[in-house]
Amino acid sequence: MTAELIRTDDYLEVRDLRVSFGDFVAVDGVALTLLQGQVHFLVGPNGAGKTTVIDALTGLARGQGVATFDGEDLLGRSSHAIARLGVGRTFQTATVFNDLTVLQNLDIAGLRHRRRRSLWRARHGIPDAVAEAAEAVGLSHLLDRPAGVLSHGQKQWLEIGMLLVQDARVLLLDEPVAGMSAQERDATGELLHRIGRERTIVVVEHDMEFVRRYADVVTVLHAGRVLASGSMEQIRANPEVQRVYLGDHAEGVSNA
Amino acid sequence: METVVAQVFTGLSSASVLLLVAIGLTLTFGQMGVINMAHGEFLMAGSYTAFVTASILRGSALSLPVALVVGFLIGGLLGIALEATILRWMYDRPLDTLLVTFGVGLILQQLARDIFGAPAKEVSTPTWLSGTVPILGYGFPVTRLFIIALSALCVAGLFAMLRLTDLGRRIRATVANRDLAESLGISTRRTDRTTFFIGSGLAGVAGVALTLLGSTGPTVGTSYIVEAFLVVVVGGIGQLKGTILAALGIGIGRSFLESWTSGSMAQVLMLLAIVAFLQIRPQGIFTTTTRSLA
Repeated sequence: MTAELIRTDDYLEVRDLRVSFGDFVAVDGVALTLLQGQVHFLVGPNGAGKTTVIDALTGLARGQGVATFDGEDLLGRSSHAIARLGVGRTFQTATVFNDLTVLQNLDIAGLRHRRRRSLWRARHGIPDAVAEAAEAVGLSHLLDRPAGVLSHGQKQWLEIGMLLVQDARVLLLDEPVAGMSAQERDATGELLHRIGRERTIVVVEHDMEFVRRYADVVTVLHAGRVLASGSMEQIRANPEVQRVYLGDHAEGVSNA
Repeated sequence: METVVAQVFTGLSSASVLLLVAIGLTLTFGQMGVINMAHGEFLMAGSYTAFVTASILRGSALSLPVALVVGFLIGGLLGIALEATILRWMYDRPLDTLLVTFGVGLILQQLARDIFGAPAKEVSTPTWLSGTVPILGYGFPVTRLFIIALSALCVAGLFAMLRLTDLGRRIRATVANRDLAESLGISTRRTDRTTFFIGSGLAGVAGVALTLLGSTGPTVGTSYIVEAFLVVVVGGIGQLKGTILAALGIGIGRSFLESWTSGSMAQVLMLLAIVAFLQIRPQGIFTTTTRSLA
């Protein structure tokens, strides 16, 4: 990441991020620079600290170090305050409001954009932002369906749609294609590139085929540290990555 | 026939008070996982509010409406105070909240005893609520009709608020999934406080209503809290519809049992029925079912 790449665009800067649970250090000095308009992937073996990085950036885990977005410090803020800054996330297990319809789910995501005065007032009609988001994630025809009966893949899309309604500028997605069919994966990958043009997208992923096809930038985490960062080709050529991560997959044994 | 109508009606009016108490508990228990044993003392505070208002306004026709509003505010403020000072530190530790709020309840009871004295206080019924209305050949006391209407109005208002307003959406989002609500930019802390205010305020309203049926003492809350929790559990935790059905079932059922046996026997039979019901449906009348993977 060279300095001239960083323009006046919003970007997420993480430096020396540390997260520990008791004596266990889950994230040990991670540095990331995440630019707008690129789809970033965070990969690494189980327990590498990928989800913990996202948790720390969204206020669910207490992190130390520096994490700024658009000049605002993220660490130490509560989750909802971070969400209001435009940093949104999805969860590993597709997490939506199962009892509410697709429309209601999207609607709740748009709450913060409404004026405080409207807090007690009833509303009618579908707001534009909601209709656009539903269209973008391909759920327009399911608006009145309870979210609980959606397929796993559709729930993941709904989550992403909620982030769009929320007008999140950074989307931190935790394993969005886990449990999806090949077709759904392709649709998701294309969706990420479509919405990623004006946003910063960070995806935690295990499926290396998916990473290869859709990643602009890949960062490999191992044991809470950044092992390597760059294009998929650079990552693949990196001997340390091969030893630690890709090797595990190829041989199915852990490195000694 | 006449006694059946009378029993249903009497049951309905005591169920209405029970419902006002229990629906507040459903909100706080369902949303925050807090077992608030001091909820009954919020009801007691409402009752004493009615007593104080009546002695200040001295028989004015306005004393009851004023008491209802002030009772709601006092109950709500007590709730917020409890939330802000103690409960906020013990979310997701239901057993600890049970013990702590039980202690708070005892303190509030003693406080009432110190201020108002141990003997029960009577609040005279306003003249516009005295008398009876004949329905189906039976003379219904207007006070009981008023309580039924009041409870129905509060519950309908609560439902409308939860379904139609943004505040209601925030509350439902927080109940359904706290982390998700936070990640959508909803301040769950603020939502919790608002919910606690409304739930506790409804207990205050119930307390005011209760003064129309009987006298007020420092321990008036304890007689309601256990039954209110039974209603919440039978209805399904956090399920408003279930709470309504359970309150009506328990209130009317006990009214009938009392007419057939004695008061304490009715209590025993009611508890047995509830135990049997929970054997069959431990999750209560209503539950949430989804295809969720989590």
